[in-house]
Amino acid sequence: MIISLNRHRNIIDFALSSLMRRKMKNFSLLAVYTLIVFVIASLLFFVHALKREAALVLADSPDMVVQRLMAGRQDLIPAAYAEKIRSIPGVSTVTPRLWGYYYDPIFGANYTLMVPAKPTIEPGSILVGAEVSRNQRVGVGDMVAFRTSAHTPLLLTVKGIYPAASNLVAADLIIMSAADFQAMFNFPETLATDLAVTVANPREQATIAAKVVEALPDARPILKSEILRTYDSIFDWRGGMMVVILSAAVLSFVIFAWDKATGLSAEERREIGILKSIGWETADVLFLKFWEGIAISLSAFLLGGILAYGHVFFFSATLFEHALKGWAVLYPRFRLVPAVDGFHLTVLFFLTVLPYTAATIVPAWLAATTDPDAAMRS
Amino acid sequence: MMQHPAIQALLISSLLIAGMLLYAAWYGAKILRTWDLHSGSELQLQLERRTYLISSILGYVLAFQILSLFLFIFTADTLHSQFTGAMCAAGSLNANGYGYPTLFLKIATCLLAGVWLIINHVDTRGYDYPLIKVKYGILVVILAPLVIIEAFFQFRYFQGLHADVITSCCGSLFSVDKGSVGGDLAGLPAAPMEWAFYSAMAATFAGGLLFCLKGRGGYFFPIASSVAFLVSAASLVSFICLYIYELPSHHCPFCILQREYGYVGYALYASLFGGGVAGLGAGALMPFRNHASLSRIIPVTRRRLCVFAMASYLFFALIVSCYQIFSPLRLFP
Amino acid sequence: MIELSHVTKSFNVGKSNQFTAVDDVSLAIEPGKLTILKGPSGSGKTTLLSLIGCMSRPSSGRIRLRGVRTAFLTTEEREGGFDISSLPERFLTEIRRTTFGFIFQQFNLIRGISALENVMLPAYPTLESHAAFQARAKELLRLFDISRHAASRVEWLSGGELQRVAIARALINDPAVIIADEPTAHLDSKLSREFMEIVATFKAQGKTVLIASHDPIAYDSQLADRVVEMRDGRTTADRPEP
Repeated sequence: MIISLNRHRNIIDFALSSLMRRKMKNFSLLAVYTLIVFVIASLLFFVHALKREAALVLADSPDMVVQRLMAGRQDLIPAAYAEKIRSIPGVSTVTPRLWGYYYDPIFGANYTLMVPAKPTIEPGSILVGAEVSRNQRVGVGDMVAFRTSAHTPLLLTVKGIYPAASNLVAADLIIMSAADFQAMFNFPETLATDLAVTVANPREQATIAAKVVEALPDARPILKSEILRTYDSIFDWRGGMMVVILSAAVLSFVIFAWDKATGLSAEERREIGILKSIGWETADVLFLKFWEGIAISLSAFLLGGILAYGHVFFFSATLFEHALKGWAVLYPRFRLVPAVDGFHLTVLFFLTVLPYTAATIVPAWLAATTDPDAAMRS
Repeated sequence: MMQHPAIQALLISSLLIAGMLLYAAWYGAKILRTWDLHSGSELQLQLERRTYLISSILGYVLAFQILSLFLFIFTADTLHSQFTGAMCAAGSLNANGYGYPTLFLKIATCLLAGVWLIINHVDTRGYDYPLIKVKYGILVVILAPLVIIEAFFQFRYFQGLHADVITSCCGSLFSVDKGSVGGDLAGLPAAPMEWAFYSAMAATFAGGLLFCLKGRGGYFFPIASSVAFLVSAASLVSFICLYIYELPSHHCPFCILQREYGYVGYALYASLFGGGVAGLGAGALMPFRNHASLSRIIPVTRRRLCVFAMASYLFFALIVSCYQIFSPLRLFP
Repeated sequence: MIELSHVTKSFNVGKSNQFTAVDDVSLAIEPGKLTILKGPSGSGKTTLLSLIGCMSRPSSGRIRLRGVRTAFLTTEEREGGFDISSLPERFLTEIRRTTFGFIFQQFNLIRGISALENVMLPAYPTLESHAAFQARAKELLRLFDISRHAASRVEWLSGGELQRVAIARALINDPAVIIADEPTAHLDSKLSREFMEIVATFKAQGKTVLIASHDPIAYDSQLADRVVEMRDGRTTADRPEP
């Protein structure tokens, strides 16, 4: 065992020195390889980080949201529905929620307005997300002018700003009191946007949802697990589509690698011929090529992976955000929390190293089966 | 069909693996038909060179297939949140009828590829390549078709996956109507399985010692070892997992690969796989032990395989016993 | 030690450009002697050397080796002689590595690596440790008086130095047989005579030496125990010591 390791150590030695002797050729291969790993790794890391972010955001959202459907569209829900739902056994709390969107014609941006259940905020003041404060150029204590749906101005004082760190959702958020919200949109007091329901036993959620629909035929309950699943599914789908698109790039890389591997220079051919003539076996040359491939793959994988890590987690994936986050004027400026696990590295390995390796098997063998007496005939 | 980078990765890899094996099997069939070592013809020389390519391909196939087995399990585990009622990989694999067959085919092909490489290793050390027909027979008739079926099943599995997502017309009604996939596996009863597990291990060690020390029982050991492999796999589901999870009802054999359980699953599966392949390999070499050019190689290799298999199983049994002793869970008062 | 009986090697069999490089050659090569294959270029000397040196397999005929040291043969097979004519390449290589050392016409050194590494190359795929054969390689370089060039790349060396590096490389695995193909073709007369002096030391060490050459310095040398003349793939005359 130890003895056969000797042989591999020697061959690895030679493989590395042989790679170093052809710096130019291997450098271009390494550069393209690294680029491919970088792009795919960025994509995987980014999608994964977004999913985590979404899960974190949803972590404090209610187990179930009940909306009202009217003519197939979401409508305001009567606050009285809350009583009926509360009477269903197993329901712990029902909270009417008020929230909506506000388009600011001056800054051309959309804000999300929300009324918190508690702690309540006093009328006349608001809390804003970091992007809103940047966009409106307001700080704590400043007044912000809004235009109500009756086109009258409404002046509200900024009481606080949400921290910029890690908030995909709070960026465009404005928190205000129920009274201001109702004044702003001329919102009837007996109605709510939807109802937030908490259920004591998570296993009963589906049953309770069914009972809600039974009691209130125009209600639509949505479970948190379903939202989470839908988010996951959308992000996975986008990630998957990007992989399909990138597979064209991987394919061209594979062709490039194949070409590099088959197109041996006369010097390389001569070298392998010499090795075989002085007693290297075909299997030894195959090992030589194997170790060369490992060295290249490992370098590209590490380099591309590290670059992608920096790109996603320190530069917020500048290259991809438009494709994957969706579009908005107010881009949430957030730094993703670094999160990479073995699963994603394995997927990355499968999408990059495996095609490369498969592409070089036959060329390596072709090189390795040079006639041993070729060196004598040259 | 669901889209996920891991699904694409698995589909691409199984396409590559199946393609590589098909290529290897094509030349394998050629070798089966026209191999004649005594001929110095150029065709024969070319075929001999092909054998290097085929060995090399099979080596890569084994490595890729093992990785793809794990990636498959990881992917199923990641996707479990997409299916109502699925708690982990065990549930996702139940999402349609192709999940478990794909998993079993992946395991079977890994074992077979491992055994093939053992036969190949021995064969290439006999100067007349005595096992060439046997090994290419296995490749063409069993291994390649199995891998291709596996690739097809895996494709059907992913094709048949549909996430339970919110549709615009309804929210949770969707979940209620559809019902849920089977969340967990049912294991065989624990008490008889514990007996069976330790008996199989004991039989394997007895067979292994008899073989290594006295050189007898050349067929008994591989059979005992294969039985031990199957019984251990069943025991994992039946009772070993319970001790690891410290839960009397969670039988999932995949969650042990997670960080929460110290990645102990890798040690368990690696040792089980090592023992299974080595044991099977020792058995597969048995019929050829009297062949002239292998008469000095096979006994050495078989003894090594036997020792390796015993060490692997011993490691496996030690981990299991540790969990049984130190787990707060007591299945039997 | 090496017996050839009715050995033929043909290329492109069945095609229009088929030709027979070695045609029905029977020959016995004595251990510890210097045998010289003499003949014009294209006479099949190189092909015959490659057949004897386990680089290729004959199309027909038998080649038997006695006294090889490979692990895959039993002792009686090694001593009693073993037919290598239908061995797969894997085993031919093993025999070649342990039994033969080659000196090529073009020296065939690998550019870009040092002389020392070039000398060590044949030992890389063996099971020996790097340190062991490195020591041996240094010793050989010292023996041939080129230690000072050990770390130099081979493209910086002169013709005579290259020649000695190539010889050192042939000796790294301590072969019983040295095969040289036109070793003096690229050397001036002085270096060619030096080469023959080195060959004399091989003989003194009891090594079998086989040289293919059409250089009179080689085949008219006093050292030659036997000169085999070749033409058109056949041995024409067999002249014992001149």
